[in-house]
Amino acid sequence: MLAPKARGRLGEVLLEALRNEPASWHNVLDVAPEHADDLQLCLWALYELHYRGFDDVSDALEWHPGPLTLRHELELRFEAELRERYRPRPLDGPFADALFSLVAHHEGPSLAAYVQRDAGVDHVLELLRMRSVYHLKESDPVAWVVPRLSTVPKAALMELQFDEYGGGDPNKVHAQLFARGLEACGLRSEYGAYLDEAPVEVLEQNNAMSLFGLHRRHRGAALGHLAAFEATSSMPSRRLAQGLERLGLPAQMIAYYREHVEADAVHEQLAVRLICGALVDEDPALAEDVTFGAFTCLDLEARLATRVLGEWTT
Amino acid sequence: MSVLDDEFDHPDVVVCPGGPLLIRGHHVVEDAEGRPHETTRPVSAVCRCGKSASQPWCDGTHKVIPQSGRP
Repeated sequence: MLAPKARGRLGEVLLEALRNEPASWHNVLDVAPEHADDLQLCLWALYELHYRGFDDVSDALEWHPGPLTLRHELELRFEAELRERYRPRPLDGPFADALFSLVAHHEGPSLAAYVQRDAGVDHVLELLRMRSVYHLKESDPVAWVVPRLSTVPKAALMELQFDEYGGGDPNKVHAQLFARGLEACGLRSEYGAYLDEAPVEVLEQNNAMSLFGLHRRHRGAALGHLAAFEATSSMPSRRLAQGLERLGLPAQMIAYYREHVEADAVHEQLAVRLICGALVDEDPALAEDVTFGAFTCLDLEARLATRVLGEWTT
Repeated sequence: MSVLDDEFDHPDVVVCPGGPLLIRGHHVVEDAEGRPHETTRPVSAVCRCGKSASQPWCDGTHKVIPQSGRP
């Protein structure tokens, strides 16, 4: 994909620098982000250098100190914001039960429930375009965590990841199933196709996963995020599938959500009990990080749902 | 003592309290009507609460039924 469009002053100087590789990065590092949209877009672009990169940006910039310095500054701001939003609940009883309970008690509006009963085709296509930013790289952010784990949680995470990546069959890779669904819906399936129209909440969701995945010190948060994501997927996926059926949308996209009903009923158990459970068993001090990651996942989805439902229902 | 002296637990079947039965590897599971269902993923979750709409597989429904009805 090509580098995305800037959303503010920092984005303008950063994207120009990424395309032109200036001798000095001082001009970029001197500019403060104009607003959250500007910051999140810049952070997203800097993270993307570590995934698939951009056709119009040199691969050599992935580990260049200029972009890395800016990334570090933006990450500090973003992490501080996420920690300020964090409202920890005391965890009682066995860790797995407490984590499931934290997820069950998190309040927020449900996009899936709206799609199931009320949404129109245009709403659903808009939602699919937003979801495509993540689903076209589904499971990639948490793959960074694998080499940072000890034997038991590592094996448990790979048991889940292997299924996400189709058990070795490229036709069953979840990102590929979503790409096929997008095409069947008449939408673009190439990586990052709808990034420029993604609201800031979607950028925050994606950036939080990259932040947690790319830093070893955030491995607990990355796995907590994974657990909350999986534990809020199975039933919502059924609702989304039913909504898509109600609207007569293509079978390939319905199949994507149907696959996630059963897959994520497994994955939530693996993520909560066997992955996070093993991690916290070995290192109880990581329980707080797991909880922070889980809360962040739920909070960012609630923020997106609040915005989108606000726009759809007024 | 080396940590390598101990084998890790890695059961073929894991009972999830209040939730499904996880089974590792390839199996054929017969549902209540006697129809066979083949597993398709590295680990599968078999419904234990009886309320799943995807029998014999778990679909997460156990989480929305009262505690007293959970396995």
